Amino acid sequence: MRAAFLLVIRRDLQVALRRKGDLLNVLVFFVIVASLFPLGVGPEPNQLRAMAPGVVWVAALLAALLSLPRLFAADHLDGTLEQMLIAARPLPAVVLGKIASHWIVAGLPLALLAPVLGLQYDLPARALGVLAFSVLIGTPVLSLIGAVGAALTLGLRGAGVLVGLLVLPLYIPVLIFGAGAVSASLAGLDPAPHLSLLGAFLAVSSFVGPWAACAALRVSLD
Amino acid sequence: MLEAHALACERGDARLFSGLAFVLGAGGLLRVRGPNGSGKTSLLRILAGLTRAAAGEVRWRGERIDVLRDAYGQEMLFIGHAPAVKDELTVDENLEFSARLSNLDGSAQARRAALERLGVARRANLAARHLSQGQRRRTALARLALAARVPLWILDEPFTALDADAIECVRSLAAEHLAAGGSVVLTSHQEVDIGAGTARDIRLGDAG
Repeated sequence: MRAAFLLVIRRDLQVALRRKGDLLNVLVFFVIVASLFPLGVGPEPNQLRAMAPGVVWVAALLAALLSLPRLFAADHLDGTLEQMLIAARPLPAVVLGKIASHWIVAGLPLALLAPVLGLQYDLPARALGVLAFSVLIGTPVLSLIGAVGAALTLGLRGAGVLVGLLVLPLYIPVLIFGAGAVSASLAGLDPAPHLSLLGAFLAVSSFVGPWAACAALRVSLD
Repeated sequence: MLEAHALACERGDARLFSGLAFVLGAGGLLRVRGPNGSGKTSLLRILAGLTRAAAGEVRWRGERIDVLRDAYGQEMLFIGHAPAVKDELTVDENLEFSARLSNLDGSAQARRAALERLGVARRANLAARHLSQGQRRRTALARLALAARVPLWILDEPFTALDADAIECVRSLAAEHLAAGGSVVLTSHQEVDIGAGTARDIRLGDAG
């Protein structure tokens, strides 16, 4: 179980490092989307501060969505996914490995960048910390839920759009509680309840996500 | 021992075959023949557990393969049309990953021997994106040289895009495997006489 998990993570990171363009696309997209709002809305600090949590979180959601179609598509095209499905290794471990490496490549950097973007919105230090932490525990949920959507739409025409339609509604709770944690901290309240709920989403989706993604992959490759 | 009972396969509205049954024992070679579109690849994918049959079942040592899942994966090696070779990785890294994924002997020494046997050892550290079609196939087939102890090989058109040397190499690998008591299922449009084991043919697309 663990061997297969680590094996897939190692390989996926190796591949990702040799395709740095894909990796950068997501980050640049995230930065640009989050930076458009201050330009469009104008430099009123109170207004910016109030909208910061929502804007950064929506940008993170869209960036995660942008990277989803690549989660299985390349392996599907070159036949590796077939091999994973029938391999001697347990499929859920393999799929969890793919999801984990997707998060390392497309989720973790968002958590590192989020506080920098928060600075543009004049967020206080405490709120920046909460923002980074909420993105840190929220993005794995995005990868886990997204994997199910990516697996279901594998090989379909217009998979990119379809994955958005399928997955974005499921991202709403993460958005609400992720942005909610930062807003609470801005309002001087305790962000812990929001963060605990995000943690609960993470626990549930890391249990259900890989199994659902496996089932979806078996259907898609039939 | 691989057994198929009353297998049927549908693609879209078309019924490709039905009532297909066979038993493949140790040292047995099963050649699946038939024109394009007769369901050869579909049959092999069913036998590998990738596609569900419209009817019937496949058993390995008496157990249904959809129940066995990764236990069946330990005892079966499938090489399909897609080579499962990643452009970004080198030839050797590709072989290492596929060997470890299938729980084969992926040591550096075994990999070197396998790549040498398939004639791609000189390209071992080259990114797969620079390989020709044939070299890509050879890289995929190098798995066979690591899989002597895997009893069942399922090979979909293994000779496609290969030159005479490589065809001979794959033929000899299959012959050794059969002689050692392994089983092989393959489709091929080329007439290649494996020259070992007890060969049987299945023709698809005749009876409809």
